[in-house]
Amino acid sequence: MTAPAPPKLHDCRDAFVAVLERLGAENPRVVAVCNDSVGSSKLGGFKSKFPERLVNVGIAEQNMVGVGAGLANGGMLPFVCGASCFLTGRALEQVKADIAYSNANVKLVGISSGMAYGELGPTHHSIEDFAWTRVLPNLPVIAPCDRVETAAAVEWAARHDGPVFLRLSRVGVPDLLPEGHVFHPGKANLLRDGDAVTLIANGTLTHRLMKAAALLATEGIEARVLNMATVRPIDVDAIIAAVRDTGAILTAEEHSVFGGLGSAIAEVVVRECPAPMQILGVPGIFAPTGSAEVLLDEFGMSPAAVADAAKVLIRRKA
Amino acid sequence: MSPPHTPNDLALIARQIRLRDLQAVFEAGAGHIGGEMSSIDILTALYFRVLRVWPDQPKHPDRDRFVLSKGHVALALYITLAKRGFLPEAEISTFLKPHSRLNGHPNCTKVPGVETNTGPLGHGLPVAVGMAKAAQLTGASWRTFVMTGDGEMQEGSNWEAITAAAQFGLDNLTLIIDHNRFQQGAALSDTNSLAPFRPKLEAFGWAVTEIDGHDMDQIIPALEWRGTRPHCIVAHTNKGHGISFMQDRVDWHHKVPTAEQFAIACAELSEPL
Repeated sequence: MTAPAPPKLHDCRDAFVAVLERLGAENPRVVAVCNDSVGSSKLGGFKSKFPERLVNVGIAEQNMVGVGAGLANGGMLPFVCGASCFLTGRALEQVKADIAYSNANVKLVGISSGMAYGELGPTHHSIEDFAWTRVLPNLPVIAPCDRVETAAAVEWAARHDGPVFLRLSRVGVPDLLPEGHVFHPGKANLLRDGDAVTLIANGTLTHRLMKAAALLATEGIEARVLNMATVRPIDVDAIIAAVRDTGAILTAEEHSVFGGLGSAIAEVVVRECPAPMQILGVPGIFAPTGSAEVLLDEFGMSPAAVADAAKVLIRRKA
Repeated sequence: MSPPHTPNDLALIARQIRLRDLQAVFEAGAGHIGGEMSSIDILTALYFRVLRVWPDQPKHPDRDRFVLSKGHVALALYITLAKRGFLPEAEISTFLKPHSRLNGHPNCTKVPGVETNTGPLGHGLPVAVGMAKAAQLTGASWRTFVMTGDGEMQEGSNWEAITAAAQFGLDNLTLIIDHNRFQQGAALSDTNSLAPFRPKLEAFGWAVTEIDGHDMDQIIPALEWRGTRPHCIVAHTNKGHGISFMQDRVDWHHKVPTAEQFAIACAELSEPL
């Protein structure tokens, strides 16, 4: 018996730039702004097609975000791209004042988010970006889970008149959502239904939760799995339904356990429908050396560890 | 478009704006009167002579852009905008009152004529670089002006933007540094002195003009000057200009006059020019 071929993995950056280049061809006002990150943001194709519309400010993130706001004021449609750790951390006040508070029509694209830069260490991990951005009014915060959702989210962001923060990874992931999927901001996707517990994630973690749900199913435990790409505005209805139908929620994210997706969901749960929860993520420490895969396993987010945590959570149900 | 005002006309309008500003600070019990007085002559020249703007169409795509990066002197901008017809002049009396759209720093989502939200320093120039870049990319003829404080130039983000503007060849961008020599807590020279500004900006590839920022005969040609590089106007100004006891006194950064001081200041600003 031969093992099934492993699923093909896709780098979501490729899906982002494919849409960006098509938008660039359709609309002469689409510009890409970057901080010397032409390579890491995969903007080489855009640059060769539209050299004048690739605005590279050099290694200067505060200026990069401000320039994005000014380009939008001047009628352009800027996609401001950089490593998520620097885009959000270094330029947070520009994101707050120039983009969110000014309600500028700028698309912020955080690349290589979460633990994607694994071995480069905590300076390059972007595990604070949900917490920093989701407190800002006017700014939808979106972390797609695969290439299909990435492309759909970029399409939506381009049509949306206002700021958006797209949090992308560089880690290869298999397809999860069907071709033709349409992105609806603030709406979770039901990937698998069940009544024992609800597992919620976004980005790369959605894939791990699907594997955990499969493990639970082998023991006769049926878990609901929600892909919740939009961290703000959070899908209140899906959270209330999850508690009503399954009685408990486990979240997992490539982010600190403080202030991210799990916190956003917990805010709804305590307000609307108190129920047992488990929040998995980076446990409030600067991570040791390791790849994203190694670190996510180390922090209890291997499929087996998630399944175990779900079983503990189920026992806490009233 | 406004009629082409003469330097004398502009000086009279600036005097009216100063008086209204003084009154509004006195009534609201707050404001940044020192820096307002240093910047008002330039704001007047911009809005009543230089800027191509349409107050009834504040978002007209062909308008010139002005960014007040030293957002704490918002009151001076509000009064100038009101006098130019962007908002009712009577609304100035709501400054800082609950739910007034005229808060301590300008908000572009609420106040017609404001282009971007400022308040934290070092934000306006990067945004202005983006505006000028947009005009360059689209071949548009509108121009971008931005005013910073001199102390504000201590923010590193300004120097990121200065190098980018030179790299991009933004000949449609004018930076005005309101060089009143004082920041909130002390003299610039006693804090982190950047003066003289001219050699620094020139070293970064900008054209630089130095003027008396209270002399309309120098302000107008400097604002109307066109070259082939980004242009910086170092405007030598006086904090609290026009009111003798405030002038060049650091404590008047955001002090509020007493009734007696208010009367003296009103009298000084009402003397014939």
